[in-house]
Amino acid sequence: MTQPNLHQAAGSPFTRIIAVGAARGDLNVPNDDIVGPIESSDEWIRQRTGVISRTRASASVSAADLATSAANEAIATAKISASDIGAVIIATISNDVLTPSMAALVADRIGATPAAAYDISAACAGFCYGIAQADALVRAGAATYVLVIGAEKLSDYAKPTDRTISFLLGDGAGAVIVGPADSVGISPTIWGSDGGKWDAVGMDRPTREAFDDRDGEFPTLRQDGQTVFRWAVWEMAKVAQEALEAAGITAADLAAFIPHQANMRIINEFAKQLNVPDSVVIARDIETTGNTSAASVPLAMHRVLAENPELSGGYALIIGFGAGLVYAAQIVRLP
Amino acid sequence: MAQSKDEVLAGLAALVNDETGVPAESVVFGKSFADDLDIDSISMMTIVVNAEEQFGVKIPDDKVSELKTVDDAVNYIVSAQS
Repeated sequence: MTQPNLHQAAGSPFTRIIAVGAARGDLNVPNDDIVGPIESSDEWIRQRTGVISRTRASASVSAADLATSAANEAIATAKISASDIGAVIIATISNDVLTPSMAALVADRIGATPAAAYDISAACAGFCYGIAQADALVRAGAATYVLVIGAEKLSDYAKPTDRTISFLLGDGAGAVIVGPADSVGISPTIWGSDGGKWDAVGMDRPTREAFDDRDGEFPTLRQDGQTVFRWAVWEMAKVAQEALEAAGITAADLAAFIPHQANMRIINEFAKQLNVPDSVVIARDIETTGNTSAASVPLAMHRVLAENPELSGGYALIIGFGAGLVYAAQIVRLP
Repeated sequence: MAQSKDEVLAGLAALVNDETGVPAESVVFGKSFADDLDIDSISMMTIVVNAEEQFGVKIPDDKVSELKTVDDAVNYIVSAQS
């Protein structure tokens, strides 16, 4: 018997980010509101992190709520129907439950059912991991449009007395639609991991241990700031340079540099190490949004475009890096 | 090539000045980076990375926290060079 050949899908040869949406926490939390428990000051936080205030969500607002708002804006801006979306990917570390995924819930809320829907756990690199996947899915013909969301409610995982990372954290969600294009809009992804630094940033205790220790505290985020700083600047500068080379451009060709909004000192030193020219707009959304992990790159992209609409169509270097340690970088054409 | 303590001190003082604006002449033996020179942990790491390049040595993350004084840093670099 002759075995019939299987069919295989093929998608658009080129992809791009078509639209971006954003939703920040509804509460503006200035440094003065959080300095008490860490025996610090507004000046101390500003000097070490560049953060003036962070957006946090009210108790009644979940990360999925923020993701839904951001997604709806991206869909409306893209001028597509939610039913055109073939996959919904949410990068998050703050889903309320281990399962089911936040993506399945949000896909239903926005009317994208029955799109494939799943979450990815790549912390602050999660959004750029999602872009890598969306680019591949569209080019492979697995979906025509992919909704990629970074969504976090990190205030649920912030410890008021922690001086390592909690005071940086904010809540928000950023969403983009990735779809077919006439020319290259997303460069090759440079990504990877360094599990040798698995404990450099992450939760301060396992969930199970916290559950068994009924008098103990819920797990919250912590980091070894110096280790993370060195890695985030000097190692990530190499990754960013690789991404530029893989795309076939230089930093001088960029319209914007949109790194993960981890800390203003990291952003500034990173830009210095990468020799980003003065002509390039550098995203500094952390100043008033805080560090929103997977949401920070799309939130920063949204703000860069809102403040500099003339950059639409220009190239942006996006790079996410964080707990794992994991990282991913691309050059994208701004929507 | 191994350098003398005074040579390393002079180079280190210039790096500290570049990063923090602290006058190079203030960076002398007996001073604490944090308490006397008011250098925070992030600036310290930047100085360490630049020192690695300038002096041709490796300073691992777990060593950085042990370099609390100018003497600690100069002695470590001189020792690592030899």
